[in-house]
Amino acid sequence: MTEKTMRKSRWQTTIFLAIIIILTYLSSAITEFNIIEGIATLPKAFSWIFANLMITPETFDRLPMILETLTETILMSIAATTTAAVISLFLGLFGSNTTKVNGVLSAFARFIASVSRNIPVVAWALVLLISFGQNSVTGFLALFVGTVGFLTRAFIESIDEASKSSVEALTATGATYFQIVYKAVIPQCLPQIISWILFMIETNIRNATLIGILTGTGIGYTFDLYYKTLNYNAVALVTLCIVITVIMIELFSNYIRRVIL
Amino acid sequence: MEATYIRRKKDGRIHLKFGNKGERVIRGVLILLTILTIMAFIFFNYSGLELSSAITETAYNLKVMFLEPALSHFSWGDAFYQIGITLGLAFLSTILGAIIAFFLALMAAMNLSNKWLTRTVRVFVAFIRAVPTVLWVLIFAISAGLGSEAAILGMLFHSIAYLVKAFSEAFEEVDEGILEALRATGAKWWHIVTHAVLPSTFTYLMSWVFLRFEINFGVAVAMGAAAGAGGIGFELFMASGFYFDLREVGFITYAILIIAIILEIISTRLKSRFFPASKAN
Repeated sequence: MTEKTMRKSRWQTTIFLAIIIILTYLSSAITEFNIIEGIATLPKAFSWIFANLMITPETFDRLPMILETLTETILMSIAATTTAAVISLFLGLFGSNTTKVNGVLSAFARFIASVSRNIPVVAWALVLLISFGQNSVTGFLALFVGTVGFLTRAFIESIDEASKSSVEALTATGATYFQIVYKAVIPQCLPQIISWILFMIETNIRNATLIGILTGTGIGYTFDLYYKTLNYNAVALVTLCIVITVIMIELFSNYIRRVIL
Repeated sequence: MEATYIRRKKDGRIHLKFGNKGERVIRGVLILLTILTIMAFIFFNYSGLELSSAITETAYNLKVMFLEPALSHFSWGDAFYQIGITLGLAFLSTILGAIIAFFLALMAAMNLSNKWLTRTVRVFVAFIRAVPTVLWVLIFAISAGLGSEAAILGMLFHSIAYLVKAFSEAFEEVDEGILEALRATGAKWWHIVTHAVLPSTFTYLMSWVFLRFEINFGVAVAMGAAAGAGGIGFELFMASGFYFDLREVGFITYAILIIAIILEIISTRLKSRFFPASKAN
């Protein structure tokens, strides 16, 4: 490295750091965030958490009710993910460059994916809540829409990556479109697809909590209820149940990923 | 030897399809997911749902939202200000998260740290990840008081967990030869970090930070709506939950969509430049 390039790279680093510092300052100003105050509240916050978020024996009376809503939430996230995966598989096949039917459909699939992914799940949940009301279907649909967007993009990438040469080989033998997709594309991408579905189930269980708070369903609603009635012991129990569920699903899907990939 | 290559049935016919463990697991997972999905639809709580009217109403609502966006409760200036707050929340939690995650990732990387420390940090991170962001924000809102501090602290936790995983994987890919060469010269641990690990992974780390910023923007919108963290998400919640003003909801949705798409375009560019073969998540 010559002296000139070193000096240049040092300049670049300095400018880069300066931009970061200016942006940090601007963000703190606009959000009225004080970093010293933020750090100062941390010990207080943690001592509060350890003092109040304790699970007492009485709260276990509420466990059946909590488990019931938790099951509802888990089933809702799984159903939203699997149904979205079916739709996304078709959109992914249309959107991918190797298996696309025509340009218009491909652009359409990518457009749907981009819009449904980038509009936040919160917005879908709030709009659906107005006419679907306070029940599982609202949460299911909100998760479904966001998941379609994400999975379509993931599937397009997996299909693009996996299957160029085998598609070419099958096209050369005169296989029909359906045969190509069914015999070459799907078997090759299936491990990837399953891995993405499992990833999305994990994500959706966390998102379902958020949506539950907004739409008044599932474990999110239970949490919100105890939170607003200042029943912090129950809040701790709900949180613990969510943590255990998420970790178990993560371990399960890590195991499956190790076997299939 | 033949038996290991060709599996035969009892009557001597050759198995045309025989699955290995992976295929069996895939089939099992697919069946399990199908059963759970059907169960979900059976056990759903359908109270107060009239499907046909709900669908037509939603279609009408979506039409109003997307075709007639308008502002009524606040001005363009306010809109930009609120978007600025959301971006600010996302930026602060990302940058603070990146700084903390950098140090934790050094502890979590196998080649820079000892086994015991690596395992502790990883368990800690797994626990943080398991609690949904909104619960962190709500818990901090009661324990640290309302305001941007609670929102940023809550979002910080998940940013740290995400970045520690990404950073430590990046550190582990640093060429072992470089580390060994520096160790042989008697360089201290900190010298190795600043002179070998940091320069060779810096651009890579920065792209991960940007990817997290993109995610945090979405999270900040959600926290505004669900945990009262302020910003455009809160306005979205007010517009739909209190004023029932679908035109305003439409406007806010468009504003979020535009920013999200800009961020996505930048991050796609970064991804194709810095990680040609890695996954997008």
